[in-house]
Order: sequence, then structure tokens, then C-alpha cells
Amino acid sequence: MALSMNTSMKWRYLKQHIFFAMVRASALIIALALGGLVFYIFYNGIGAISWEFITKPPTHSMTQGGIMPAILGTVYLTLGAIAVGLPLGIASAIYLTEYARQGRVVRLIKVGINCLAGVPSVVFGLFGLGFFVIFLKFGSSILSGSLTLGFLILPTIIGASEEALKAVPQTFREASLSLGVSKWQTIYRIVLPNALPGILTGSILGIGRAAGETAPIMFTAAAYFTAKLPGSVFDEVMALPYHIYVLATAGTNIEATRPIQFGTVLVLVAVVLGIDLIAIVIRGFMRRNKRW
Amino acid sequence: MTRHTKEIIIKYIFFLFALVSVIVLGLIVFSLFREGLPLFGEVSVKDFIFGIEWYPTYDPPSFGILSLIVGSLIVTLIATLIAVPLGVMAAIYISEIAPQAIKEILKSVIELLAGLPSVVLGFFGMVIVAPWLQETFDLPTGLNIINASVILAIMAIPTISSISEDALYAVPREFKEASYALGATKFETIAKVIVPSAISGISTAVMLGMARAIGETMVVLMVAGGAAAIPESLFDSVRPMPASIAAEMGETPYRSPHYQALFAIGIVLFFLTLAFNLVADYVSHKFRQIGSGTL
Repeated sequence: MALSMNTSMKWRYLKQHIFFAMVRASALIIALALGGLVFYIFYNGIGAISWEFITKPPTHSMTQGGIMPAILGTVYLTLGAIAVGLPLGIASAIYLTEYARQGRVVRLIKVGINCLAGVPSVVFGLFGLGFFVIFLKFGSSILSGSLTLGFLILPTIIGASEEALKAVPQTFREASLSLGVSKWQTIYRIVLPNALPGILTGSILGIGRAAGETAPIMFTAAAYFTAKLPGSVFDEVMALPYHIYVLATAGTNIEATRPIQFGTVLVLVAVVLGIDLIAIVIRGFMRRNKRW
Repeated sequence: MTRHTKEIIIKYIFFLFALVSVIVLGLIVFSLFREGLPLFGEVSVKDFIFGIEWYPTYDPPSFGILSLIVGSLIVTLIATLIAVPLGVMAAIYISEIAPQAIKEILKSVIELLAGLPSVVLGFFGMVIVAPWLQETFDLPTGLNIINASVILAIMAIPTISSISEDALYAVPREFKEASYALGATKFETIAKVIVPSAISGISTAVMLGMARAIGETMVVLMVAGGAAAIPESLFDSVRPMPASIAAEMGETPYRSPHYQALFAIGIVLFFLTLAFNLVADYVSHKFRQIGSGTL
């Protein structure tokens, strides 16, 4: 070893040390960015949180009171997006993993999914406005917003479902088919039940995105203020992300509503990151306890 | 109905479901064109793209979006310059260097960062970064290019990092072993073997990160400042394309030229990001590492 530790060798290891330090610093910066953000939001927002804040509507032209209608609106829109995106996404993934053979059509579908995943959220908003609100005459409503968000998260759900379906061992399918079970029954009774936990945890990450998006619902569902809670899917709703945007930029008294803004941000972050964190923890647990 | 026909019918039903993504993509194009193309009866495509005057509410109005395009490109470029080194190095750390426990935590951190709603990051830029920039550099406003770029970089990092990490992870183990066997240090192996082998995946990651930044709306709406002019310094305000659409759509009369112009901006934005995605897709397929040359 003494021979190898000459100057050139030392230089090579020095370079390695410098590089490793930079790489560690990058990782640290990213972790600190998230930690700092979450801490800052929690620190400034926790003071605004109370039972009234969560359960009461805004009062005094939104400068006081709570955010209950916005929480409810976000729940409706997110559930709507799941109702649209989840069945379509799982069905697409079943075709791609179980039925499709490599060829031009499948390649087209895959490129289409990738391109859909890359469509900017504001363009989804324009699409929702032009197609659901105007062309199909749904108006600015829960229905239009849910459909827009549902298609927005479709690529995420397809991706998660494909991965989960591919993770089911081929031998499971072969065993079922060799017993004379039809292909559809094999998928329905063997493949899907085994893939479902993976599909759901993967999809939850997409669902968190639906809850937090603003631009797609600005022109399709969100209202600045609604006096009544929505009575049908054709009504406009308030929503947490839009509420933050409105209060922070267009409110009548931006400084006076800062505590409400921070409180709303905290609620939204808690909802979205809470959803994501649950999915991540369940996924980690599933990976450790894999039966095959 | 025989079992066989039933199976075939089921297969085709699933095929139809799989086509939904492509159909939606078609509907997006249809809706954008239907609402946006009528503008070009009044304004030429050349004046629209290369005109620098965006005065949609003046009389007569002026619909030139060059300053909006420049605004979009500049914040995207600077965000990329910040996000690529951080994102790729974090990916290298996760896939090559970090111990197992830290690796798991960091992957979760990046996933959570990706999950942060854009309006929350925009809010952060408004209430924290903007006042700080304004005070430190003695500026008229902290809502400017540099602020928007930093926040956009935070949004692009998870995309760049997670896709790069997949690419690094996919490099065959034999490559590393061969490099070590020749006496290379870990750094030399990473810099000269692993990263070059994964470069197509890393390029894809960078392009998808840029596509994410160029299309991101709430951040540029809230922190870019909103001035529709060609910027002269990094501390100037800009009005990127998504910000213009989001800010003005609520106030414009239905099917007015202004409304059509906002959809036309949507068309430009759609095809710009589509181009980024198609190139990324092409790169990841064309230059993909297939197999490894083992003995």
C-alpha cells in the first residue's frame, strides 16, 4: 500500500473527498429546503388553527372566520378526481401490462400518456374551460373541476398501476392459466387482488397532487366566495389552494388576512403531505413484508 | 356467447380504456384550437409570436407575446441552472454513496417535495423570498426573475433527481466492478463510467424538469412580478405565459379577442412542452443502455 499512496494517489482521493462533500451538500440542501419550508409553515400557521377555523365559514368579507367551505370543496374535487382517474387509470394499465403486445399502437398509447403527463396544469385549466365548461355546458362546477383534475392525475395513476401489475410474479398468472382459468378471470381474481395495495399507494401520490392543484380549477370549478355550500355537482365550490391564492394576491386587505393565509397553507400542506406520507409509509411496510 | 368471444370483447374494452389518454390529448388540442384559433383572423401569427407589445385591454388592443415567451424561457433557464446540479448530485448521492437508511429517507424527502402544492411554494416566495430580496439588494420589488427561478428550481428538483436516480440505478453492476478492478477510485468510477452510461436518462430527466418549470403556473403567477416587458436584469419582473393566462382569464369577456389570445398562448405553451416531452421520450428510447457486455 505504501507504494500506491504517492502524490498522484493522494490527489485522486482528494478529488473524491471534494466531490463527495459537494454531493452530500446537495442532498442536504434539498432536505433542508423541505424541512425549512414545512417548519416555517407550521410555525406561522399553527396559531391560526382552531376548531372554529376548521368548521366555520369565512366572515367579514373573508377577513375573519374559518375555511370550512374551502376544505369541503377540496374534498369534493379530490373525490371527484379519484372517481374519474382511478378506474380509467387502472383499466389502462391492465391493458398495457396484461393484454398489449409491443407494436405501433401500444407505442402511441405510451407516448400519449407521457405527453399527457407533461401538459402544463394551466393548459389543463384551459382544456377544462373550453371542453367541460363551455363545449359540454357543465358550467364552472364540481363536475368540470373533477373531470379536469381526474385527467390531470390519470398518467400518474397509470404509471403506479403498471408498476404494481408488473410486480405480480409471472408464475401467479401461469399457475392460474394452467388450471384452465380464462385470462380475464386470472386478471380479476389473481393479478388485481395482488396488485391492488401497490396500485392504491402509488395512486395516493397522484391524489395528493389533485388536492393541491390550483391552475386547473381556477376557471373550471373554484369560486372566490360562495354563500351556500354546494348542493349538486353543477355548483361552484371554494377550494383550499384557490383560497390561498385569492387571499394572498387579490384580497381586500392582504396584510390583515396573513394569519388566515398561513392557517390555510398549513391545512393544505397537512392534507397533501399527510396523504403522501401515509402512502410512503404503507409502501415501505409492504416492500419489507413482501410475500414473494 | 362462447368464452372465447367474451374474452376478446373484454380485451377490446380494455383497449378502449387505454386509448383514453390519447383521446384526452386530442380533446385538449381540439379545445385549445376551437377557442384560440379565431384570434388569427384578426392578428397574424407573426405579429402574435414576435410582437413585443402585450396590451390586451387597450383600444385598439395589441397581442404580441414575445415578452411573455422571453419571460417563460428566462425563468426556466435559470431554474434549470440551479436545479440540474443539485438534482443530479442528489441522485448520485442517493444511488451511489448514501447508506441504506439515509437513502430511504432522502427518497421520501424528494417525493414529499414533489408533492408540495405549487400555490404553497408561490406563497412562500411572496412572503419570505420577496421581502428578503427587496431588502438585501435594495430593489423596488422582490417579485422578479431570480425569485421565480429559485422557487421553480425547487419544483423541478424532484423530477430531475428521481428520474436521474432511476437512470443511475439501471447502470449494470459489471460496469462498476470492471472500473474498480482497474484500480479506479469511487469518484473516478462515478464520473467516468456510471454517469456517462446513464447520460441518456439524465438528459431525459433534465428535459422533463425543464418542461415542468416552463409550464408551472402558480409560482410564476405569484412571484414573477407580472411585468409584460423584455427584462434587462435578473431583478426585473417578468410575465411568463402561464401567469398571463391565469391572471387574465378571469377578467376577460367570453370569446373576446383577448380571451382567444389567452387560448392561443395556451396553444404555444402546449406545443412547447409537447416538444420537450417528445424529445425526452426520443432520447430515452434512442440512447437507452441495452444489456451489458459481459463475458
